[in-house]
Amino acid sequence: MIEIENVHKSFGSLKVLKGIDLTVAKGEVVSVIGGSGSGKSTLLTCINGLEPVDSGRILVEGVEVHARSTDLNKLRRKIGIVFQQFNAFPHLTVLENVTLAPRKVKGMSKREAEEIAVKQLDHVGLGDKKSVYPSRLSGGQQQRMAIARALAMSPGYMLFDEVTSALDPQLVGEVLDTLKLLADDGMTMICVTHEMGFARDVSDRVAFFDQGVMAEIGPPEQIFGDAKNEATRKFLSSVR
Amino acid sequence: MGNYTFQWRQALRALPQMLDGALVTMQIAILSMLIGVTIAVFLAVMRNSKSRWLRAPATAWVEVARNTPALFQIYMAHFGLGSFGIYLSPYVALLAGIAFNNAGYLCETFRGSLRAIPSTQLRAGRSLGMGPATAFRLIVMPQMFRIAFLPTMNQMVWAILMTSLGVTVGMSTDLTGVTQDLNARSFRTFEFFALAALIYYLITKVVMLGARLLAWRLFRY
Repeated sequence: MIEIENVHKSFGSLKVLKGIDLTVAKGEVVSVIGGSGSGKSTLLTCINGLEPVDSGRILVEGVEVHARSTDLNKLRRKIGIVFQQFNAFPHLTVLENVTLAPRKVKGMSKREAEEIAVKQLDHVGLGDKKSVYPSRLSGGQQQRMAIARALAMSPGYMLFDEVTSALDPQLVGEVLDTLKLLADDGMTMICVTHEMGFARDVSDRVAFFDQGVMAEIGPPEQIFGDAKNEATRKFLSSVR
Repeated sequence: MGNYTFQWRQALRALPQMLDGALVTMQIAILSMLIGVTIAVFLAVMRNSKSRWLRAPATAWVEVARNTPALFQIYMAHFGLGSFGIYLSPYVALLAGIAFNNAGYLCETFRGSLRAIPSTQLRAGRSLGMGPATAFRLIVMPQMFRIAFLPTMNQMVWAILMTSLGVTVGMSTDLTGVTQDLNARSFRTFEFFALAALIYYLITKVVMLGARLLAWRLFRY
């Protein structure tokens, strides 16, 4: 379970998050939608402790992310994150990209890590690209590799930060399919996304962020069919 | 000018001795690079640090290494430290002087290379649970070395040639030292130094070839 309680965060004088409350249950898929600069991506980087918060707290499985006593390196093993820019490690092959963290962070043997990596790569449809360097992959393939890389750590939670935004339109589908598989497997996911179709079809709940505030949250049918909030309605009519 | 008679036989007879000197030259150059690269990585990280206390000594090192003559640096290692009762043999002083110089120049090369690597690479490593040092070592550093490879090879050549300054602190076993010695005994200055120059040229060629093979092996992507 991820519990976000009254989280505030600013960059300099810019208030990015103004009191966010959100609880995500185990196995739940929550999509976060909203305009750019609404604080969606910042929330994700706060959840895995890449960014500090100004006030409020975030608990992952009861562990307070920003507490001084928390070992973030250890906590991050449980929380996979995939970014808009795929961040493939260019000097490593696809297989090495995926085995690096299991080996160096979890201390697995090469053999063990490769077994897991192969499974994850097959899962995302990159089984035949193991010995290739990322520069030889398309954007969609790189992004699927990044997903496999995060999954190889067997995290309990996955955060997706606009993972299809940097892709050519024809490559978006393959990445969304991968996310759908993951959701079907029961992974707990928070997806910041601009793909309204995906948010509607896959999420258990959809949250709408507006200028650092979570303006509305509810099941997809309600958000897309009968939004209560004026800003939500306006946003949805603009992206349709 | 017209009445100098070339006598190459004497120089060629001394070739084995000179090649022994060449080995010493190569050894010093390669060691000074290994030491220089290692120190330069730390200096580059220190110079990029937020802490003044880390930045200041690294900056001082770079300033002195780059803005004073290499000859002065080697002199200081031998005679300068000697004045404080720290005695470094000519070999060690030469090695230390060149390593000092290498570290200063390479620090700046590495720092420039680090700028070319997106900060998101480090972030991606951290988000997989790596500590900052691990992420730097496994993700940033290998990429840095590739970007810095060509300028680093420049410094390698420079290191080989700098070893010739050892003669000023009494170095007698490297190529220049051996050549100087032979010259003093025979006065065949032109022949001996021409041969030495050719050997220096060949050393740099051999070392560069080795470096190229290493690069081919390391940088597959």
